[in-house]
Amino acid sequence: MEDFLNAIILFSNFVLVPATAYGAQLALGALGVTLVFGILRFSNFAHGDTMAFGTMVVILVTWWFQSMGISIHPLPTALLALPFGILATVGMLLATNRLVYRFYRRVKAAPIVFVMASVGVMFVMNGIVRFVIGPDDQRFADGERFIVRARDFKEATGMAEGLTIKVSQALTLGIAIVVVIALFWFLQRTRTGKSMRAFSDNEDLALLSGISPERVVMITWIIAAALATIAGTLYGLDKSFKPFTYFQLLLPIFASAIVGGIGSPLGAIAGGFVVAFSEVTITYAYKKFLKYMLPENLEPDSLVQLLSTDYKFAVSFVILVLVLLIRPTGIFKGKVL
Amino acid sequence: MKRLLIATAASTLIATSAFSHEINVGIILGFTGPIESLTPAMASSAELAFDEVNASGLLLGGKSSIVAVRGDSTCIDSAAATAVAEKQITADNVAAIMGADCSGVTGAIASNVAVPNGVVMISPSATSPGLSTIDDNGLFFRTAPSDARQGAVMADVLMDKGITEVAVTYTNNDYGKGLADAFEASFKALGGTITISAAHEDGKADYSAEVGALASAGGQILAVLGYADQGGKGIIQGALDSGAFETFVMGDGMKSVSLIEAIGSDLNGSIGTQPGSDGEGAAILAGMLDVGGPFTAESYDAAALIALAIQAGGSAERASIAANVLSVANAPGEIILPGELAKALQILADGGEINYEGASGVELIGPGEASGSYQEYEVIDGAFVTQRYR
Repeated sequence: MEDFLNAIILFSNFVLVPATAYGAQLALGALGVTLVFGILRFSNFAHGDTMAFGTMVVILVTWWFQSMGISIHPLPTALLALPFGILATVGMLLATNRLVYRFYRRVKAAPIVFVMASVGVMFVMNGIVRFVIGPDDQRFADGERFIVRARDFKEATGMAEGLTIKVSQALTLGIAIVVVIALFWFLQRTRTGKSMRAFSDNEDLALLSGISPERVVMITWIIAAALATIAGTLYGLDKSFKPFTYFQLLLPIFASAIVGGIGSPLGAIAGGFVVAFSEVTITYAYKKFLKYMLPENLEPDSLVQLLSTDYKFAVSFVILVLVLLIRPTGIFKGKVL
Repeated sequence: MKRLLIATAASTLIATSAFSHEINVGIILGFTGPIESLTPAMASSAELAFDEVNASGLLLGGKSSIVAVRGDSTCIDSAAATAVAEKQITADNVAAIMGADCSGVTGAIASNVAVPNGVVMISPSATSPGLSTIDDNGLFFRTAPSDARQGAVMADVLMDKGITEVAVTYTNNDYGKGLADAFEASFKALGGTITISAAHEDGKADYSAEVGALASAGGQILAVLGYADQGGKGIIQGALDSGAFETFVMGDGMKSVSLIEAIGSDLNGSIGTQPGSDGEGAAILAGMLDVGGPFTAESYDAAALIALAIQAGGSAERASIAANVLSVANAPGEIILPGELAKALQILADGGEINYEGASGVELIGPGEASGSYQEYEVIDGAFVTQRYR
């Protein structure tokens, strides 16, 4: 029995808890991508760098708060700075919408033109972030780091295995749930949300029934900015902030959105967790886990690892290819909100 | 106006000719990239040696002075490093190169640019065993020892502490792989067990998957053969956070104050090795430098060797430098310590012989690399404390 419990704790510590937090971060990112795709009808490649931009502002405001001694111990100060980051990112996205995308909407450009324009926006944002905060790792997490520490857990329970739950992991999950509920309530219940769904469903009919397209577009960007900043800040708190890794996040985020069915918010969430859990479970070495679970004579000698951790990103790619081959619409039939 | 221009031009001409001719020497280190926190101290240490030589006024009969030309190796981008070396050799016409730092870029510069152009390179910190066997025409030297030696020293350190089961993670490049292989071979030869030897990529935000695999394999201690500003730090942070490992044994790329600042008190009790010696040279140099740090002694020595080789050959010709590096570095001759470069230049000018010991106890063996003395340190109360030298 104790072996079984140890196995469960081990699995939770190295797979369940990290994958859940990572999944929530991906889900928030994928929600932003899917929303833009559903309403503006193009894949926004600049989303990863939008996350980096938002997080950068949050970090700068956090440092400012820290220098003034403002804190909300035991929670990280970054939460206090989050609204400022969202405001700045909203401003940034509305500006790009005005300067870049509005022109292409006016000339009714093909979706691929939008995608290419978003690649340009991506490079510009990339440059701005590096110019302002630099290409290096930045530390901005403060407050309490752990809810449960492996060492304390072992002492308290007397188990051989320890369990760690970081404050940032719990915050990620909690905030993600709140944000998702708020977003769904907004889309399903409010007048604006309904008009957005109508616009996504059939643009022409929506125009006929008197919905203002510019307003819908503006609100979409505002929500996308909020989602990107929240996702980026949570990722940075949990892991670390480095502009390049945010650019790399684009791949798992797109994989999540497509796996779940691009354009479907529910799908984005499901996709985020599918990608996160596949990445972690496939690259985890099960040797110790099986040691606890199996009788002694069956203990494995090898690491029992399906794929080396070097191939973590390849997992997202494989899932992407498989989904596109077998079920191109994703788990939840995508393309409509 | 015209007259003013002519006057200015004329006076510059006089000024330069009065100051004799300047010898450019390249300093190629990774001023950006994974070891950017180490390189400024290394470069100023090398420039300190050049300043000492220039101040003595004895180089090539007092008619010459050395000018350092800095270049960025980036530590990881071979193409960028090669381009920098190319520019230094063709545009700046450097007589020799002090550098490069990381093993991969050093190998690239040596085989693509330095050797074809006949330029001597003396690296203070490239430690890959692979560099011992490159086809260098006698042009590549290093004041840092090969990691084949460091691997053996690390294995000894662990065995002396009674540690027999080790998990290994290394940065996925020439340096990391070379050190990991050397360590694994020595440790197994001493009867130890390597539970896993896994590479990690630098520059990722999250190492929980890598740490998970290492934890599953188990071991009494985790050997981290990476960089302090990169994946090495991430792995240690992840292993401590998840309770996978409590103590670490670290390679020479990990000894950086920034690591202690980032990890904090949890790093106490971890151990590591670092090229270094307890000879009097190290202490003398420490007194001369504003900021010390890993590889500063080797950097000073690499720069000093270039200057002394120029003096010994009586010429800043590239071939002449190449022919004289070994003779100034090794016995026989008068032993030279840091701060005694003027004395050494005088002896060489008088036709005598020197045996440059320098700050790191320079003794170039085999294909022109340091024989290698290592510092064993432990992290105690947030500081690197020397245990002994091996």
